Amino acid sequence: MSVQERDPLTGQVTTGHEWDGIKELRTPIPNWWLITFIVTWVLSIGYLVLYPSFATTKSYAPGILGWSSRNDLSEATQQARDMQSAWRNQILATPLEQIEDNEELRRFAVAGGVAAFNENCAACHGVGAVGQIGQFPSLIDDDWLWGGTITDIHTTIRHGIRTASDDARASEMPAFGDVMTGEEIVATADYVLSLSDRSLDAMRASMPGAALFADNCESCHGAGGEGNREFGAPRLNDAIWLYGGTRDAVIRQITQPKMGQMPTWESRLDEGTIRMLAVYVHTLGGGEK
Amino acid sequence: MANAPETKVTHGTIERSTTLLFVLSFLVVAIGGLVEVVPLFRLDETIKPVTGVRPYTPLEQLGRNIYTREGCYTCHSQQVRPFRDEVERYGHYSIAAESMYDHPFLWGSKRTGPDLARVGGKYSNAWHVAHIINPRDVVPVSVMPAYPFLWDRDLKYDDISDHLRALRKVDVPYSSEGIIDAADDIRAQATGEGTEGLLARYPGAKLGDFDGRPDRTTEMDALIAYLQVLGTMVDFSDVRLDKPKE
Repeated sequence: MSVQERDPLTGQVTTGHEWDGIKELRTPIPNWWLITFIVTWVLSIGYLVLYPSFATTKSYAPGILGWSSRNDLSEATQQARDMQSAWRNQILATPLEQIEDNEELRRFAVAGGVAAFNENCAACHGVGAVGQIGQFPSLIDDDWLWGGTITDIHTTIRHGIRTASDDARASEMPAFGDVMTGEEIVATADYVLSLSDRSLDAMRASMPGAALFADNCESCHGAGGEGNREFGAPRLNDAIWLYGGTRDAVIRQITQPKMGQMPTWESRLDEGTIRMLAVYVHTLGGGEK
Repeated sequence: MANAPETKVTHGTIERSTTLLFVLSFLVVAIGGLVEVVPLFRLDETIKPVTGVRPYTPLEQLGRNIYTREGCYTCHSQQVRPFRDEVERYGHYSIAAESMYDHPFLWGSKRTGPDLARVGGKYSNAWHVAHIINPRDVVPVSVMPAYPFLWDRDLKYDDISDHLRALRKVDVPYSSEGIIDAADDIRAQATGEGTEGLLARYPGAKLGDFDGRPDRTTEMDALIAYLQVLGTMVDFSDVRLDKPKE
């Protein structure tokens, strides 16, 4: 049975196996393939020896190179930090209000701030900080809810707004839908809208909402609707409306107010990055002193 | 056969003996099996204990089920890898203990959208609501599908205790009270009222109305509760993982 012979049709040698008169040609895998296969085996043993590989009874075989992805990461991070350290240290050492006075430092801070802003802040405030009407405030209009000096901005970024952090900015607008009648709410809304309309200056005091505004809104939003940053109470006598400036939107806001939330960034970003963000945001809005 | 000496063991010899073939096949498969199975018996040593990791609250667990149901994992991974670009963008790289109560884990391997392993606390609830209803409203260039129906669908949780019981079978340490009171825990977390039991069982659980509508508990509430807890459990201030275990 096991007799090798040459197949007359193809000229190839047979394996010598024969089943019921059927014979099999001998067609081994090519040598280049076989050699590559053996070389990969040899290389894999090399990797086994050099790099972390199999588990041992106590831990794992670390490999004679001592390589670890964590060490690689620390090195890469450290290297990047070292390259920036001259600037970062200067940003940390300079009082916040003076960072922008140093032109080179300001440029570094803005560049770092833009990168951090696009990753962390742009989802709500939009790329370029234009905000989203009805949702999240614009940061380029110099109209600040919680203060526009660089120190104010820094505090807001660091602790957030209405978060679990103890130092977070916090305030609560009551839902006047629970305490006022529908008519009173409409009257108040009309009065609120009149605050930004100069043509109504003369008759404003006699509007039905005037007394309601004085009783319910003035303590936070101010007698003339100028707002109060201590409570994050927005200005009502300008044309900027975070949650919409239509009569319906103002009525809705008085009835069941929306109140913005901003995460605490202290636990997520380092102080240097928060300072760079503060500089970037501060330069967008006109740079309130 | 005629030419081959009878004593020489060849490929032919093995193929012609069922017993020998069986024994040798078993040995080969056993080696492969051991390589795959042995590490699983050593999980206690592999997973470094860290403080803070707790089982998901019932509401978060249901949010996780919705995350799985909607196939979020096909575009979002949940694994920050130990590279500088990832760590600078997302935060500390993921560690084994963070997914020890995940059944199944949702690490994923493809990122059409960003990694979500540390998305908890990064955005406000209001942002998540707006984004899930229509991603283009808040991220103009987004290619993510819209999921507005989550906002309309009331969360179905009459079978939550069975869910937790099943998870306990695979070693997620839900307490018996936790299982019995699971539905109460869902209501407590979604309304922020009567949360004593919930907070005792799941320290640090985020409370309150997630979808902005206090009167209803929707699938949106559950999904956002889950997203807001992702990657926030471990207290990294006392974890030093920069050096490999000696």
